[in-house]
Amino acid sequence: MVEQHRFGNVLPHLILWIGILIVAFPVYLAFVGSTHEPTIISNGQMPPWPGSHMIENYYRTIFVGTSGTTREPVGTMLVNSFIMAMVIACGKIAISIISAYAIVYFRFPLRMTAFWVIFITLMLPVEVRIYPTYKIAADLNLLDTYAGLTLPLIASATATLLFRQFFMTVPDELLEASRIDGAGPFRFFKDTLLPLSRTNMAALFVILFIYGWNQYLWPLLITTRDEMQTIVIGIKKMIVTADAITEWQLVMATAMLAMLPPVAVVVLMQKLFVRGLVETEK
Amino acid sequence: MAGVILNQVGKVYSGGIEAVKGISFTVPDGYFCVLVGPSGCGKSTLLRMIAGIETITSGEIRIGERVVNEIEPANRDIAMVFQNYALYPHMKVYDNMAYGLRNRGTPKAEIDARVQEAARILEIGMLLNRKPRELSGGQRQRVAMGRAIVRKPQAFLFDEPLSNLDAKLRVSMRVEIKKLQRALATTSVYVTHDQLEAMTLADMLVVMNGGQVEQIGPPLAVYEKPATTFVASFIGAPPMNLLAMTGPEACSVIAGVPLGLPSEGGIVGVRPEDLTLPDNGERPAGSLALDLIVNAVERVGPETFIYGNLQRGGDIIVRVPGQASPPSGERITAIAPRDKLHLFSADGRHRLPI
Repeated sequence: MVEQHRFGNVLPHLILWIGILIVAFPVYLAFVGSTHEPTIISNGQMPPWPGSHMIENYYRTIFVGTSGTTREPVGTMLVNSFIMAMVIACGKIAISIISAYAIVYFRFPLRMTAFWVIFITLMLPVEVRIYPTYKIAADLNLLDTYAGLTLPLIASATATLLFRQFFMTVPDELLEASRIDGAGPFRFFKDTLLPLSRTNMAALFVILFIYGWNQYLWPLLITTRDEMQTIVIGIKKMIVTADAITEWQLVMATAMLAMLPPVAVVVLMQKLFVRGLVETEK
Repeated sequence: MAGVILNQVGKVYSGGIEAVKGISFTVPDGYFCVLVGPSGCGKSTLLRMIAGIETITSGEIRIGERVVNEIEPANRDIAMVFQNYALYPHMKVYDNMAYGLRNRGTPKAEIDARVQEAARILEIGMLLNRKPRELSGGQRQRVAMGRAIVRKPQAFLFDEPLSNLDAKLRVSMRVEIKKLQRALATTSVYVTHDQLEAMTLADMLVVMNGGQVEQIGPPLAVYEKPATTFVASFIGAPPMNLLAMTGPEACSVIAGVPLGLPSEGGIVGVRPEDLTLPDNGERPAGSLALDLIVNAVERVGPETFIYGNLQRGGDIIVRVPGQASPPSGERITAIAPRDKLHLFSADGRHRLPI
């Protein structure tokens, strides 16, 4: 570790505080903005302290929505975003852990081909294959559905690779002991591999939940109806208003609300997250 | 209970490497059989073939009356103790031991009775609620044994179970494994590269080298009459001194009787502990005398190992009781009585009568 000099402590702390200020100041501003009357922000005279309209503003944001373009209240968007992020995160973990299991523990023809095909999809994120993917989703009548919103994003090479690497570090003797103990492939997966992957799954969940939550391009294409909108898209639509004043206090409140679920996931799962990245239970 | 019978068992890996070359032997019911050999000799592969986690490419293995070649490991009625214990890290000790029985659908009450019984025998009753990572190496070893015991199998298979323990613990666990196997009278096959473990544990020793059996027999018989120079140098520590003799040397006469080596040459072996250092350098009739130049001395307390060179070339180790300390460079004479010599053919593959 670094030695504990007096001066040696001051400089890192200074840098740390500057960093915190840079990150936290815009968030603070957004919060302040979400607590004032609409006219104050429009006049360009926003005070540095929170105002008195917080409850009213947040109530309107969540349950009523802006009077401009997005007629849906943000509550619905939150639900949509949450469902999307949840399904993507859980779906990605479920599919990738199963495919990693197949690749590592079973000998079947074209096994390595399958692995490389999965690997290659790393180079094909949704943005690259957006036309064919949209065409397929449209042909399958998946527009404006949760399935359309999530399915094309679920396949994950990254998570498959991560689980593959992890499975390859699990000692072979565990598999052999399981076989002698009468556990077939399914039991070995359920009783041994899944519990051992717990921390990895938690770490992945955090990353993937945020990935899903932040999706912008795909939801923008696949959803047309207001009640299917996600919050990330909702914010954008609130700002662009052709014939009305942007209700900045509501936009700021939406931004605050959009931040909460990812932050909550990180905070709640932080312990598991860190353990999943640095250690395994072997 | 049942014996384990191997008949021309062979293993060829997909790469064409022949790890086990047609091995046959029978471990009688209740015997403790130790497979010993240097690393890479195929002993672990053979054990894993008996366990069923390695396929058998030729020959057959029988456990009791059944040919088990095609039978799943779980149905072979064996239990295995692994070198790194292979305990399930996320399960408590109790569940580790109970897991195999649960998979078999054993009634709960019986599982509990068997686990408690095994825990009592191995004195790990207070550890049942802990996870493997909270245990010391010796305790993990016991849990691994417990997992084998609760199954009440036809045969125990041990794959170098003591090699991860420190030297002291290894000795005490060795004694315990032996006692346990005696008490349960279960046929056991034990793999090790440590000849001391092999000597002390075995009822029946199988010395392997290069995928083949070099010698099978009770440990002391193997020690006293090694069948090949490989066995002679592998069993016993320090290893037997081997002197290749050709030409006139091979026709040496000891105690008035020719050495008995064929005229094209052969190998004479003498164990370090059979060599003595006579006080006055005399050479009694009927003994092999070796003139050495001392180059190193190891004193370990109860005995001393003297390393020396023969003038004709060749290293010799002499093991003498007590604490001798000839200085380096001194010339000494070590002698061995004729009946302590071992004779082998020149290629080392055959033992010759003395």
